[in-house]
Amino acid sequence: MAVIIEARGLVKAYPKAKVQAVAGVSFAVQAGSCFGLLGPNGAGKSTTVEILEGVSKPTAGEVLFKGETIHFGSSAKQYRDRVGIQFQSTALQEFLTVQENLRFFAALYPKTRDEQELIKVCRLEEFLARDTRKLSGGQRQRVLLAIALINDPEIVFLDEPTTGLDPQARRNFWELVRGIKAEGKTVLLTTHYMEEAYELCDEIAIMDHGRIIAQGSPQTLMAEHFHESVIELPTTLAAPLAPQLAFVDRGELSELATPDIAASIEQLRAAGVPLTQLRIRPPTLEDLFLKLTGQDLRA
Amino acid sequence: MNLKRLGAMTWARSLEFLRDRSALGWNFAFPLLMVAGFAWIFSGPSQPLFKVAVLVPAGTTLTTASQPVAAAPGVQFYDETDETIARRKVAHHRIDLAIDFTETPARYFVNPSSEKGAAVEALLKGSGNLANGSAPDAIRIEEAGAGIRYVDWAVPGVLGINLMFSCLFGIGYVIVRYRKSGYLKRLNATPLTAAEFIVAQLLSRLVLTFLVTAVVFFGSNLFLHFRMEGSYWLLALVTAVGSYSMIAMGLVVSARVTSEELAGGLLNLLSWPMMVLSGVFFSLDGAPQAVQWASQLFPLTHLLSAARAVMLDGAGLASAAVATPLLVLVACSVVFTFLGALGFRWTQD
Repeated sequence: MAVIIEARGLVKAYPKAKVQAVAGVSFAVQAGSCFGLLGPNGAGKSTTVEILEGVSKPTAGEVLFKGETIHFGSSAKQYRDRVGIQFQSTALQEFLTVQENLRFFAALYPKTRDEQELIKVCRLEEFLARDTRKLSGGQRQRVLLAIALINDPEIVFLDEPTTGLDPQARRNFWELVRGIKAEGKTVLLTTHYMEEAYELCDEIAIMDHGRIIAQGSPQTLMAEHFHESVIELPTTLAAPLAPQLAFVDRGELSELATPDIAASIEQLRAAGVPLTQLRIRPPTLEDLFLKLTGQDLRA
Repeated sequence: MNLKRLGAMTWARSLEFLRDRSALGWNFAFPLLMVAGFAWIFSGPSQPLFKVAVLVPAGTTLTTASQPVAAAPGVQFYDETDETIARRKVAHHRIDLAIDFTETPARYFVNPSSEKGAAVEALLKGSGNLANGSAPDAIRIEEAGAGIRYVDWAVPGVLGINLMFSCLFGIGYVIVRYRKSGYLKRLNATPLTAAEFIVAQLLSRLVLTFLVTAVVFFGSNLFLHFRMEGSYWLLALVTAVGSYSMIAMGLVVSARVTSEELAGGLLNLLSWPMMVLSGVFFSLDGAPQAVQWASQLFPLTHLLSAARAVMLDGAGLASAAVATPLLVLVACSVVFTFLGALGFRWTQD
């Protein structure tokens, strides 16, 4: 697969606030893939994506789209004809219906996708005539996705599209993203939901404090960093075992990463811990983040 | 400038305005209520204060030493420099009498159909100030003309403040709301240019404000029958240029502001002095010079000045009473548009 977009040494500094939101980020995204930027709030994901979208000018570094450097400022408008963007939080034109909003945004582009096809792809049929102020969170995100796709872009940027949605709406949105990917479009997704990244992404980059701290496919990263399983136990039962077993306090539950489950269970049995409340699970990207940064996701 | 994008943006914003029933209703209800309220309040007996214009020789000022008539109690005297204007004001009952000391003997102008004019004439004569004071042989000259009711004076003012609020807040507040909600950021991610967005906002607000004002104008005239001496086309031109200047003023406020609270504060900072100092409800004749100078800073002053010249005096475009304020409004429009466009930012970065 060819590289469709590439970030080279991106830096974004806010001198007044003395903050460097992005501190030297480089990566390449393969055409037709789903690339995930993961990290907690404030990691620099959205800033990085806004630079890639041509919306925000980097302090240093460059972005290449299909091998050509994109220019910022007013000339970035031509680049934005070719990409689809769904921001983390954005309003729609109020007092207009969903369909009127679609037609309004369609009128802003020289080339657009067929309206009926778009409505079908994003499943907008049932609330097409509804005022955008009266949409649920999930419906709103589907409309915003449709607007991101309205110019039939080759790459779609989705910035935390499922934040604040209930689990059902989130899973419905994932289906839409899979559909977009099946059309051959490239998806660049930011999220702080590790499960979302695992479900949708072919490749992920984990960001923290403006830098990429790990990159690869979710499976590869997990295999590289974990040869263990995780035992979960209520903290009230795990706390007294602290000297013998290295449980990590995660609130109501405590976790123990172990390469030898049988040996660990035997130790728990010997300590008189009732095993009925014990749960064993494979490590997740959450665990990976914890391992890489030494901190919980600040989601 | 892409006309398709410009049209789409203008249409979308106009639909938003027209479908916001509460805001739209207020745009109609507010001026109608104000006009009706003022017509009712000031339909009673005349106010006791007399207002007299005094024309003095060039290079001098009105003093009680040189013109003892100015010491008459219960009368407000003020300097007037233009005899024609003074006589027109007498003719329209905007002032009760005018005395011209630039001629010898002095002359005074009074409207025989004005009760207040007759009263102040008698008062000044009775006190000896007019006939035997500084102007012993003052010549009495009559000015004919039907009196202007307060409502005739107030209607342009009330329509003017409605225009002002609609123009300033309709642009200033809305663009800041768009910026704060991320809608501007979303639009910036499309091929829509800043110029197209700004022109669309200006166009939409100008057309809608103009239409609303026209409806209120003709609607209130159905029951108030206020004075309209001049050309409707000229009044429309004055209204359009005046509206545009205040819309552009709102654009300057909204160009970079990201907080609705700050925008509201700034817009109030502009609109309240304009409402008080632009002669909306009362003539500024006789007001302190500083107030009159300050009033010249506001587009609303010039809009009302030109509109009243057309409506009350029947002045045409060639008249300085219309042409001068109209030119000032055009200049304000150009300057504000330039500043607003120059300072405009899509986002707060």
